[in-house]
Amino acid sequence: MTIRLLTCAVLMLATISALDFGAVPARADTAGPAPKAKGPANFAGFFSPFPFEGGEAIYKGVCQGCHMPDAKGAVGAGAYPALAKDENLETAAYPVSIVLKGQKAMPFFAMQLDDQQIADVVNYVRSHFGNKYRDKVKPADVKALR
Amino acid sequence: MTDQPLAPSRRSLLSMIGVVAGSAAMYHAMTEMALADTSTFKEPIKLSPPPPGTSVLVLGAGIAGMVAAMELRDAGYKVTVLEYNGRPGGRNWSLYGGDTYTELGGFTQKVQFDAGQYINPGPWRLPYHHQGILHYVNRLGVALEPFTQVNYNAYVHSTDAFDGKPQRYRTVQADFYGQIAELLSKTTKQGALDQAVTKQDREILLTALKEWGALDASHQYATGLEAGERRGYATDPGGGLNSVPIAGKRIEMSDLLQSGLWSAIGAGLAYDMQSSIFQPKGGMGQVGKAFGKALEPLIQYNCKVVEIKQGDKGVEVSYTDSRTGGTPKTMSADWCVCTIPASVLSQIPMNVGGPMKTAINQIPYMAALKVGLQMKRRFWEQDEQIYGGVSYTNQPNTMIGYPQWDFFSKGKGVLLGSYCFGTPAYIAAAKPPEERIKDALEYGSKIHPQYKDEFECGVAVAWHRVPWTLGCAGFWTEEARAQHYDNLCAVDGRIVLAGEHASRIPAWQEGAVTSALDAITRLHKKAMSV
Repeated sequence: MTIRLLTCAVLMLATISALDFGAVPARADTAGPAPKAKGPANFAGFFSPFPFEGGEAIYKGVCQGCHMPDAKGAVGAGAYPALAKDENLETAAYPVSIVLKGQKAMPFFAMQLDDQQIADVVNYVRSHFGNKYRDKVKPADVKALR
Repeated sequence: MTDQPLAPSRRSLLSMIGVVAGSAAMYHAMTEMALADTSTFKEPIKLSPPPPGTSVLVLGAGIAGMVAAMELRDAGYKVTVLEYNGRPGGRNWSLYGGDTYTELGGFTQKVQFDAGQYINPGPWRLPYHHQGILHYVNRLGVALEPFTQVNYNAYVHSTDAFDGKPQRYRTVQADFYGQIAELLSKTTKQGALDQAVTKQDREILLTALKEWGALDASHQYATGLEAGERRGYATDPGGGLNSVPIAGKRIEMSDLLQSGLWSAIGAGLAYDMQSSIFQPKGGMGQVGKAFGKALEPLIQYNCKVVEIKQGDKGVEVSYTDSRTGGTPKTMSADWCVCTIPASVLSQIPMNVGGPMKTAINQIPYMAALKVGLQMKRRFWEQDEQIYGGVSYTNQPNTMIGYPQWDFFSKGKGVLLGSYCFGTPAYIAAAKPPEERIKDALEYGSKIHPQYKDEFECGVAVAWHRVPWTLGCAGFWTEEARAQHYDNLCAVDGRIVLAGEHASRIPAWQEGAVTSALDAITRLHKKAMSV
C-alpha cells in the first residue's frame, strides 16, 4: 500500500471513529491498534475494538454470529464452515492469518481485535469444539503475521 | 501501520459511511478525499434484437438480476431467472406483519406488526441522483413518497455528554456554526487572516460569517434574538398578547466540542444524503415485488445454484430445491448473467478463468443490523414533534429512524430502532434476535423514555445471518479493487457478473442497476458478434 493510501486509511479510521462521537477522535498520526473500549460509548464505531477479553468471550461475542455457538457452521445459499473438529486448525498460523486478513467473504478483523484477543480466540477454538491442539499461539505470533 | 494491508477502499468506505450515518463523518471524509459516488445512468438502455432464439440464464432475482432479465427480455432474448428465495427482490425487502424470517442458525422470527407497518431490513432510501433505480421504480409504477434524512428537531445524543440528555439537532448545529462564525470573525478582525484573505475580501468574509452563523451586529452569537431564527427560542413568538419571543441560552463551544455531538450534525451534507430522497410507499420491498410481477413467468423460485458450467456453445447451471435439497436439476442457455453475491458465488463451482475466480474471492461481506420496533403510539410525534428523519446516538444502535409515512396518525408506528454497521453489528449477529431487540430497546429508551411503556413487538435482521447473502454488501479494499475489479466485471466466455459488488456504488441499489446495465450491454455485444 502506498503511503498516501495509508494516510487516507488512517484518516478514514479517524473519521469513522468520529461516528462514535462520544469518544475522542483518533488522530491521523495514531498508529497501531486502537485503545480498548471503556464502555458502550466507545464501541458504536465501524472498526472500533471488540470489548471482549478471553477466548470464550470473544468467540461468543463475535465469531459465533457466523460459525454458530456449536462451531458447526451453517448452510444457506452458501455456507459458513464448521470450526468444530477442524483439521485446518492444525497449524495455528492458518486461523491467525484468516482472522487477521479474512478469506473470501469472511471479513478481516485486524483492525478490531488486538494481538492478545486473536491469540486468545484462536487458542480457544483450537482447544474446544472437538479440537485438541495443545500448542498455544502467543500475541507475538499474531503480531508477526500482521 | 505501515504493513497494514487491509484498509478498505476509500470509495467503498465513504459509501458505507453514507449508508450508515450520513453524518459529519461522511462530509469530512468526502472533503478530505474529494470523492463522491456518482451514478453512470444517463438514459434507458436500448439493445438491438439478438439472433433469434438466443437464450440467457439470469442467476438471482434481486435488483441487478431483474433489471438484466427485463431488458434482455425486452430486447428479444429468451430469459429464465433462477432465484434462491421464494420471493423476488433479494436485499430489496420489507418485512410486514405475518411474514416469517428464518436466519442461519435456525432462529425464526414471526413478524407481529400491525397491518400497514413494516421495516426495510435492506435499503430504505432512493437519493434523487440515483436515476437508474428511480427509472425502474417509475417504469414499474411504484409510488414514491419523500424520505427525510435531516430532521432538525430530531436528536443527537451521547451517553457521555449533557448528562446523557439528547439534544436537538437544530440547536447543536446552530450553536456550533454560530460560535465558529463568531471565532472566525474575531480572528479576522484581529488581523490573523491578513495573509490569507485580501483586505477587500475580509469585509465580505465578515458579512458572510454574520449571515452564515446568525451573528448579531457586533458579530456575537446568541447574545440576543438573532440566533433564535436558527436554534429556536426558549419561548417561541406567537400571536396576540404575551407573544414576545424569549431567547434560549446557547450551548457553549467548549461543551459542544467536548460532547462530540458536532460529529453528528453532518447528515444531509453527503451527496447520497442530500435532499431530495425518496422511499416507495408501503416499503422498499414494493419495488422487488413489482419487478417480480412484471417478470412473473420468467422467474423460478426456490432454486439453489450448485454449479455453473460453461462450454463453447453455452452455459449449464445445476440447482437444487432450496427448501428440500435433493438431486440437482440442470438448465442450459446460450449466455449467463450471474448476480449471486460474491460471498455465495465464491463457494459455487464455476469454470471461469483464473482472473475472475480470483476476483470473486477478494470481496469480504460486511456486517449490518436493522431492528424494527412497533410502538403502541407515535410518541415521537405526539410528545416530541419529530416527524420522520433520524436521531443519532453514540450507543451501539447508532441511530433511530422515525417512520416516514402516516404522519399524525393516532395509531401505531414502527421505529428503526437500530441501524449499525461494523463492530456493533457483528456483536448483534452473535446474539439471538430477541436479545438484539432487547438491546435496541435499552439504548433507545435513553433517548425516548417512552419506549418501555409503548413497545409491542420487534424484528431484528443481522445481515451475516441472512442465508442468501452471508453479509450486507461486498466491501472491496482499495488494493483488491485496483487489482481485481475489472476482472470481476469482464465477460468470461459466456458468463458475466453483476450486482452491487460489481459496482463502485456498493451497498446501494443504484450500484446493482448500473452494474447490470453495463454487464448486459457488453454481453449483448458479444452475443451479436458470435
